Amino acid sequence: MKQTVALVGNPNSGKTTLFNLLTGAKQHVGNWPGVTIEKKEGMFNYEEHEIKLVDLPGIYSMSTFSMEEIISRDFIMNEHPDLIINIVDGTNLERNLYLSLQLKELGLPMVIAINMIDELKNKHIDIDTKKLTKLLNTPVIGISAKNGEGVRDLVHSLIHETSTSEFKYDEVTEEHLNQIKKIVKEVKHDPTHEKFYAFKLLEDDELLIKQFNLNKEQLNRLNVIQESFKKSKSQNDIDMAAADTRYEVIENITKQCVTKEQNIKHITEKIDRLLLNKYLGIPMFFLILLVIFLITFGPIGEYFMGLIEGLIGIITENIIEILISLNTSNWLISLIEAIINGVGAILSFMPQIMLLFLFLSILEDSGYISRAAFLMDQLLRKIGLNGKAFIPMLMGLGCTVPALMATRVLETEDDKKMTMVLTPFMSCSARLPIYALIASVFFPKHKGLVIFSMYLLGLIVIIISGLILKKFVFKNSGSTFILELPPYRLPSLRNTVMHMWEKAKGFLTKAGTVILLGSIVLWLFTNFNFSLEMIDNPEESIIGVIGKAMTWIFIPTGFASWEAVISLITGFIAKESVVSSMAVVYGANTVTSLNQILMTKFTSVEAYAFMTFALLYSPCIAAVGTLYKESNSAKFTLKSVLFQSLVAWIAATLVNVIGSLLFM
Amino acid sequence: MTLFECEIDQEVKVISVEGIRKIRKRLIDMGITTNTKLKIIRKAPLGDPIEIKLRGYSLSLRMDDAKKIKVEKV
Repeated sequence: MKQTVALVGNPNSGKTTLFNLLTGAKQHVGNWPGVTIEKKEGMFNYEEHEIKLVDLPGIYSMSTFSMEEIISRDFIMNEHPDLIINIVDGTNLERNLYLSLQLKELGLPMVIAINMIDELKNKHIDIDTKKLTKLLNTPVIGISAKNGEGVRDLVHSLIHETSTSEFKYDEVTEEHLNQIKKIVKEVKHDPTHEKFYAFKLLEDDELLIKQFNLNKEQLNRLNVIQESFKKSKSQNDIDMAAADTRYEVIENITKQCVTKEQNIKHITEKIDRLLLNKYLGIPMFFLILLVIFLITFGPIGEYFMGLIEGLIGIITENIIEILISLNTSNWLISLIEAIINGVGAILSFMPQIMLLFLFLSILEDSGYISRAAFLMDQLLRKIGLNGKAFIPMLMGLGCTVPALMATRVLETEDDKKMTMVLTPFMSCSARLPIYALIASVFFPKHKGLVIFSMYLLGLIVIIISGLILKKFVFKNSGSTFILELPPYRLPSLRNTVMHMWEKAKGFLTKAGTVILLGSIVLWLFTNFNFSLEMIDNPEESIIGVIGKAMTWIFIPTGFASWEAVISLITGFIAKESVVSSMAVVYGANTVTSLNQILMTKFTSVEAYAFMTFALLYSPCIAAVGTLYKESNSAKFTLKSVLFQSLVAWIAATLVNVIGSLLFM
Repeated sequence: MTLFECEIDQEVKVISVEGIRKIRKRLIDMGITTNTKLKIIRKAPLGDPIEIKLRGYSLSLRMDDAKKIKVEKV
């Protein structure tokens, strides 16, 4: 028999861990609320049953105030799952049962899984599941999704013991609900979810009232019932009256079923006394970041990067040699070289990306990531960002692609979009070769300082753009910081490695396909003219003509040569190629000759303006693709890229004008 | 008084939650209901947001939200 089972529960209650365990999937889990942002499906078999399990985003309530709530509620209301597994964090029972009661109102067969029983034992908390089963009129099974304990019993209970049993509230509440059920019957002939609808109408659920299209008389009746309900609960606010009714029931139940030893100081409190300390909290945060960056971008990361680069070099040489020995035509060799260089540039960053993801995964699984956001919120708010924006910004120093993926941490659409626009201004590691080349040619005495100034400039631009966007675009007043701080948990090795591997694989396949395609296109455009004839002089190629047509744009910035423009255009495919393109278009065969040519083509001020532009303009095509994927809006993607390019142009012009006045 | 005016570690109970419905409803759903006992555990090093403890778990919210939560001393 085929059955659809919805997996519903609070954020960070372990839904995805259980989902992975049951279906053998490898979905990403972490110890922070909101890891799962879209529903995921998987299959498993039990006895003769074929079960489709749907992992829904975590929700605190069946209201419709967040995207996650809407996705989860829509699925349950519209797709009618046959059964529900309500997963409940046993260490946080009261708040988790608040959702359970609402799910129970749906009248669907349901089983409640009390998760983290292993942790409960350590915390000396005892939950009487038999008594809970009786009081909630629903099967309750204790499980540990992490080590699999109790999961077989859970599935058995799901198939054999669930029923459409009803949970009854106090008499006064039931009476009011019965009165509203009459209204529900008038608009809806199908009795499914009747009690759920009745309670939602009692709660004045705006979406449902609109959906039911109640007439004036029905609305008046509803209003009278709501007023009477508030009065009977001595409350002024219908939201509070409804929530209070549920929480009162829960307090009553937990009092009977939960016993805990008082006055035990938990490990989380001890750690937080240090990591969230008034004086040490922020220094500790920066120390943690520093260590991560020293390892990732310092000797260890660079060692691995060197290994891969060496490997790619050897492979390229051998392939070219084989091709030459096979008398392959020059154009094919040139094309294959372009492909290998394009893809290779990305591959060489794999070790650093994997290391970054390893650390990010540890930060996520341990529960520290919520704390980092807690520490930084006030500072980032000043420029219109949410505390959680710090995570993607930080990753942007490595590669903009995973950084943009990490913007999923943010809840509100405005916070997320603002972070996505600003993150590319963090100088990614692929831009470093550009600074390294120009600084060594034009500022040999202050090379380190000039390179560092680029990173600083990125930060300054983020602050200024943040202030501008906050004032004119994202006038986001609804941004809040209501965030659960979960207990610290030891990251599991299996999960960390799996996470790192999945991210690396995804990065490889996605960025790889984009880069591969991009490299082929670039090669075609630099080797053919508009009549599609192969040419030797790149100035006559498609890209050369386009470059020359665009030079006027760069007159105010000082570097208005078609060669500079082409280098920047190829930088759109991958930032690393700005330098290699310069070598090609300036006809330089060796590094020293490129240095000499550059000296004659740029003044120091123009060179600095060029670096400034390279730092800030449109992120590479892989990042733009990610921007589109994460925002799911072509319009937003285009606007962001135009904004970033405009900022780059203004900044480069300012550098050129002010620099010329000061130094010329 | 409001939660905003409370001292760290001062145990209080909730009287009501005010403010726009979206945020009020979220706070209530998170368990901040009438008579719920809660206390501020700490303020973030820069003074905002704050961490509160209620119903056996830790929740962080901004001072702006704390101003909307009416409480009384236990």
